[in-house]
Amino acid sequence: MKPAPFVRHVPKTLDEALKILADVAPQDGRVLAGGQSLVPIMAFRLAKPAHLVDINEVVGLDKVISDGTTLTIGARVRHAAFHKSVVDNPLGQLLSAVVRHIAHYPIRMRGTFCGSLAHADPASEWCLVVATLDATLVAKSTRGERLIAAKDFFAGIMSTALAEDELLAEARLPLLASDVRFGFNEFNRRAGDFAMAASLVTYRLNAGKIAEARVGLGGAESFPRRIVEAEAALNGKTPGDTVFRAAAEAAAKAIDPLEDHQTNAEYRRDLVRAVVRRALEQSA
Amino acid sequence: MSAHGTRGSGTTWVGRAIRRLEDPALITGKGRFTADLPAIHWVRFVRSTVAAGKLTKVHAPKGAMVITAADLKGVKKITPMLHKFNYRPVGQPALADGMVRFTGEPVAAVVAASEEEAEDIADQVELSIDETTPVTDARRALEAGAPQVHAEAPGNVILEGKVKTPDFDTVWNGAHKIVKVEARSRRQNATPMEPRGAHASYDVSTGRVTLTCTTQMPHLTRTAICDVLAFPESDLRVIAPDVGGGFGQKMSLASEYVVLVWLARKLKSSVAWTEDRRENLIAGFHSRDQHITLEGAFDRQSKLVALKADIVSNVGAYSCFPTTCGVEPLMAMAEMPGPYDVQQYACLARGVITNTCTMAPYRGVSRPVITFTLERLMDKAARAFAIDPIDIRRRNLIDKFPYKSAMGLEYDDATYKETLEMAVEAVDVPAFRARQKEARAKGRYLGIGFATFSERTGYGSPAFAARGMEITPGWETVIVSVDPSGFVEARIGSSPHGQGLRTTLAQIIADAIGTTPEMIKVVHGDTDRAPYGWGTFASRSLVISGGATLIAARKVRAKLIKIASHMLEAAPDDIVLADGSAKVAGTDRAIPIAKLAREAYTQTHRFKGEIEPGLTETGHYDPPGTFSNACHDAIVDVDAETGHVKVERFVVAEDAGLIINPMIADGQVHGGIAQGIGNALLEEIIYDDNGGILTATLADYLPPTAHEIPPIELHHIETPSPNSITKAKGLGEGGCIGAPAAVVNAINDALSPFGVEIEEIPATPQRIRAALRSAEKHSAHSRASGNPGP
Repeated sequence: MKPAPFVRHVPKTLDEALKILADVAPQDGRVLAGGQSLVPIMAFRLAKPAHLVDINEVVGLDKVISDGTTLTIGARVRHAAFHKSVVDNPLGQLLSAVVRHIAHYPIRMRGTFCGSLAHADPASEWCLVVATLDATLVAKSTRGERLIAAKDFFAGIMSTALAEDELLAEARLPLLASDVRFGFNEFNRRAGDFAMAASLVTYRLNAGKIAEARVGLGGAESFPRRIVEAEAALNGKTPGDTVFRAAAEAAAKAIDPLEDHQTNAEYRRDLVRAVVRRALEQSA
Repeated sequence: MSAHGTRGSGTTWVGRAIRRLEDPALITGKGRFTADLPAIHWVRFVRSTVAAGKLTKVHAPKGAMVITAADLKGVKKITPMLHKFNYRPVGQPALADGMVRFTGEPVAAVVAASEEEAEDIADQVELSIDETTPVTDARRALEAGAPQVHAEAPGNVILEGKVKTPDFDTVWNGAHKIVKVEARSRRQNATPMEPRGAHASYDVSTGRVTLTCTTQMPHLTRTAICDVLAFPESDLRVIAPDVGGGFGQKMSLASEYVVLVWLARKLKSSVAWTEDRRENLIAGFHSRDQHITLEGAFDRQSKLVALKADIVSNVGAYSCFPTTCGVEPLMAMAEMPGPYDVQQYACLARGVITNTCTMAPYRGVSRPVITFTLERLMDKAARAFAIDPIDIRRRNLIDKFPYKSAMGLEYDDATYKETLEMAVEAVDVPAFRARQKEARAKGRYLGIGFATFSERTGYGSPAFAARGMEITPGWETVIVSVDPSGFVEARIGSSPHGQGLRTTLAQIIADAIGTTPEMIKVVHGDTDRAPYGWGTFASRSLVISGGATLIAARKVRAKLIKIASHMLEAAPDDIVLADGSAKVAGTDRAIPIAKLAREAYTQTHRFKGEIEPGLTETGHYDPPGTFSNACHDAIVDVDAETGHVKVERFVVAEDAGLIINPMIADGQVHGGIAQGIGNALLEEIIYDDNGGILTATLADYLPPTAHEIPPIELHHIETPSPNSITKAKGLGEGGCIGAPAAVVNAINDALSPFGVEIEEIPATPQRIRAALRSAEKHSAHSRASGNPGP
């Protein structure tokens, strides 16, 4: 095995899981759900957790529940659960449109929605979804339960507001109004790769004018967020090419772009301009 | 000649698309690979984390077995040699000795009872290295004052090839137009599915070591290891079991394998190492890192009259064994003129040593880069003359054979023009141009690109000798036996690892001796079983091993006829071998071949001394070489906003001589094109300024997936080669030779409205956007100053 030695704990109940997590957290204990991000990092020994709290057998965390206003997604729910619409609401269609962009089929069979959020890769599609829709994230520990707004959850590249002993037990997404329009677009070099920029947009039409616009952007900055400058460029306007281009340009200007050895700030802005406009075109 | 639609049928086994005999085991999980073997000891290599420096100490955890250069006393350095081109021999120690020269260089070998334990211990080994300034870029390494990688190679030039034809200056000076390309090919890794790995076990009874390893050349691995460890070759058996892809990366000696054999002899036990993907990407040999400046001189009729090349090949930190690092620059120099008729040629080709992973051959060896460069030149020249890129090729392709190139290479019969026309016809260029125009009006940029090329294959020892190689490969030996049970065994010195030779050689033998491929087993990849041979690389095995097979099989055939003639009391000329029997023509008298074989061993007294016992014959073959050729044709869709390129369609018109098995031939072309598209668009090893490697995982180094490869349309012409006794030419590398040129020419065609030229591979979206941005800025600037934009 490639990873450094570790102890794997396999709790059966949430209480047991939280108790073990509280015990091992000070010794770099980590939660293992689908393992599609954590395990490769461990294989490269970039992460060497001494303990893994494997939640795959914890009862009750595998549910997707709608109460008519909120969709609650448990910590064990796999990406593949969203291949078909999980709820009779535009949100169900939105999630099933987005999920197909997540990596490859075998990874979607194993990786989890909440695991993606806790891992907080800037390119994660689900992180973009919760940021755009202002979801609420539920952190649980032996100290109790804490509700964290998506805008307060992401702290940086692979960094979140979760404390070491907290388990991201569920994500709560608001159901969408029945007339909400949405569009999603992402750019990557190969099918299934991490997005180099991704955008999710939603809005409603009020007498032909855009209202309640949300423009979410992922993969372009340290963490996904809504771009208010782009939303302002849309609200009150009639949807169309000129307006969409203006919103895309506003987004490209507003960002603090991630840069790496191949991708400079100018290129990242090029991509942002393209994905925002294309997401908007798709929504129209 | 035969059209594609009629291939795969007929009365001979040769020419039929029979299923591969090697596949049932491979596709049902019964393949046997190096890493499947159990071992007593496992090795993990500790590798340099820096690109250049003085190694002062290796700190090992207490009680751990950690082998360093200090332990390998008496082990010689791996020092391949060329006797030409000002070659400076540099030696590579099996483990870094005093100096480290690239990130990933093996420094120490941790030995433990399990792979896991070895990995854990290796994690605790600390290296003290006094870092020095590295140099990773070849052009920088050529500058005055650049860091010196080896004292033996001052100025970092390890070899220098120079050529100039006698009338070059006159023709050059009298030319009508000079067109120039500054091509850059970034560094790539062959990325075989199975990384490298080895298992060495010591036999306490005989003192022999068996090295099972993932290699393309088992005999040469034996020779090389016995040279550096100084023990008899008879005491080392090398086995290449199933090998999960090589592409050239596994034809160079891995220093790690030397350490494994040394350890097996020291521990008198078994020891194994399996390379992981990160190691393979940083230390498993690289290639294609070249700068080529190419200038073409044309006359008024757009005929290329002279070619001038400056080739700078970044060969990495050491010189690969056995070919030496001359393999890339010298191949580029010899074959730069490609398929075009040009008799005046001047070239300077330099191999430059740097603090990067050592270069080794990779499928196509330089020809993907020179084809890319030359085909860019032809497109640019077409533009300069305002003629169609297809027309400039029509005017310049070689059409008289045999043709002697400016470098003195003899091109055998080929179909450069015919394959071009075939590819042009297949794609319906006028219809494409109409579609392209329509798409542009909607902001979509489609492009079409052509690449014509020659692919030198199946060359024997004279071709390698031209490079002055101390180890000059070329010939092959095949031993064909019919055993007393009537089954046929062909033992070959080639070492196929995916090429389908077990099937194609069986097809050749089956026709020669009148039996069926199922009766024939091809044995390879074991120095105890196979005759000495050079292995499988350079598109050589079907031509050379196939030729040796045919020679041996014909001898077996002659002997079978002799025995049959004796037993049937008929004249040899009246004996027909077919359907597993020897028959007397025009009669119903027949004897099964199995019976003849049994007699050859068990009834020799009946031959009255006229026929030697047994039924084993040997064939040797060392041909001059033959040129395959093809025209590739790509249609791409370039997203001008993101720089993304989608290859929409890929057409190939290919001539590889007589095709032995059309299915296998097509598979070779498909695989090559997939790698070529990867080279064109995706794959790039990147070093940072400190010589650290930024592409050490498959999330950063991007081979294409099935999504990125379009359907590939193949068209064939079969021109039998006079330089190959089977009439077959090689075709293992052509796919990846033509694809980068075709794809990038198509990108440039797509972007022609912007006045953008891409001369770098991979043509990443970042590079395409950077070029477009600069064109946009230039155009905005022109508008602002009142100049018309493009």
